[in-house]
Amino acid sequence: MDGIDILIVVGRVVATFVLLMLVTIINVWLERKVVADMQNRIGPDRAGPWGILQTVADGLKLFFKEQVTPRKVELGMYLLAPFLAVIPAFLIFLMVPWGRPFTIGERTVILQGADLNIGLLFILAMSSMAVYAVVLAGWSSGSKYPLLGGVRATAQAISYEAAMGLSMVAVVMYSATSGDGATLSLAEMVDRQAGTFADVFPGIAVVAQFIPRWNLFPQVVAFVIFFLAILAETNRAPFDLVEAEQELVGGFHTEYSGMRFAMFFLAEYVNIFSMCALAATLFLGGWNGPTWEGTLPGFISAVLPTVWLFMKTYVLIFVFFWIRATLPRLRYDQLMALGWKRLIPGALLWLVVTTVLISIRQFGLPWS
Amino acid sequence: MGAIDEIWRGLRVTGRLFSRGIRGKDIVTTEYPKEMRAKPQRFHGRHVLNRYPDGMEKCIGCELCAGACPARCIYVRGADNPSGEPVSPGERYGFVYEINMLRCIFCGLCVEACPTEAITMTHLFEMSTTNRDDAIYTRTELLMDRQGGVPHMFPNDPLADPAELLTADGWLRATAPSGAVAYDNVMAWQGTPGPASWDPEPDQDARDA
Repeated sequence: MDGIDILIVVGRVVATFVLLMLVTIINVWLERKVVADMQNRIGPDRAGPWGILQTVADGLKLFFKEQVTPRKVELGMYLLAPFLAVIPAFLIFLMVPWGRPFTIGERTVILQGADLNIGLLFILAMSSMAVYAVVLAGWSSGSKYPLLGGVRATAQAISYEAAMGLSMVAVVMYSATSGDGATLSLAEMVDRQAGTFADVFPGIAVVAQFIPRWNLFPQVVAFVIFFLAILAETNRAPFDLVEAEQELVGGFHTEYSGMRFAMFFLAEYVNIFSMCALAATLFLGGWNGPTWEGTLPGFISAVLPTVWLFMKTYVLIFVFFWIRATLPRLRYDQLMALGWKRLIPGALLWLVVTTVLISIRQFGLPWS
Repeated sequence: MGAIDEIWRGLRVTGRLFSRGIRGKDIVTTEYPKEMRAKPQRFHGRHVLNRYPDGMEKCIGCELCAGACPARCIYVRGADNPSGEPVSPGERYGFVYEINMLRCIFCGLCVEACPTEAITMTHLFEMSTTNRDDAIYTRTELLMDRQGGVPHMFPNDPLADPAELLTADGWLRATAPSGAVAYDNVMAWQGTPGPASWDPEPDQDARDA
């Protein structure tokens, strides 16, 4: 590892950071525009063309706002919580490969923050860390509404983390069969989703050659559970009990203002993007997609994988916005019932089904 | 599955609205400074102090408007008319007349209370100021000039529409033009502020007599 290698690593991390910031600016604007369209409104249209600079303006405003610190806060935790929210959000996306690795000279540059061989485990750990930010923010604010939001966050995160983890296990088990042993590395999982199902079922290649070899098709149940779980994990409507405005003022960030509030806001939107990118990577084949190498100019073929990943991610993000504009917030007991009585048993059942199917494929039917 | 069915129905509604909204159809937002909505006839806007056709002020400084005001935003002090040149036809006139527009709730009770129709409301509602003192309207701002025009607070503002000040909410006539209280339980509405220029009621002469 010489200086250039270190430079490449730093460059990758900085690129990921900048990408996330840009994407957040776009996403906040996009959400407001999409939801406005769904509600017969215009949405932001003053700052820049189509209001696209609205988020920048809002960010600047928040930057210059006074940061009010209430008298009763636990100061240390109160100041730490916004950072605890932002850091895991960014770390999650570091694991997601957002383009095809390319080679310069004898060096291979991966377009990914870091390719850990325990990537998925790391993501689970970081998404659990993010909950601490909400809980600590709620507790340290020394006010009842944030506290209620924080307590709700704890219960919600525990319930849905379980479903999310279990649905991931099913995918990991499935993708273990489509390559050389099990893997938790996201780059490896993307590689295993390359090609079409004609590679798996040569017998029906006529049909299967048109179906990309995404984990979505064999693991559709896991995908649905995972999607609902990340919806709850990112505290989006209809699972946004943590910041239920009508009941809790602003929830856990009631007592935060200025840049500290902006950090929570940033973390929420970075989380949405990271989680949707993760879902796209796990289930929709990541950056895999036709690049038409040879027909198209080289640089377009090189960018296309990134474009594919972004398109898949944005389809999921659009569904996030769509659901937000449509569904009312769940009641607390409904949230818990959905988590513990539907998603977790469903995920467990699907895990068993996946296990049985994989065993049959590998070892044949038990009676034959 | 009932719940999933319902969710899907809901998503279809927002999806349909989205596909129309993104093409700019069915937008209900009125982009206010660019397009103004027509105001209803009895819109309660800024007050104006009226004059009689001969230029006399209608206000007699009786403070009934101040008494009727639920927000206590009107301050009136009456004074005896100067003997040489009377300001109002009565004995007294409104020497000080102030309305605090920050407290006013635009209920129109002052208009109803006024025995001489001195105070009426117009269609002007753009009254924002950068200074609390500017929100207290005095005689200078409220009183119409002798020609029946009403001074605009911000004549140079691009949004300023002098016509709004000449459109009154329909206000109740309490007295005949002669000043006699002859309009008990008779609803008669006047669409403009300013000098009393309306026609007599059909049987007004009989009642005035």
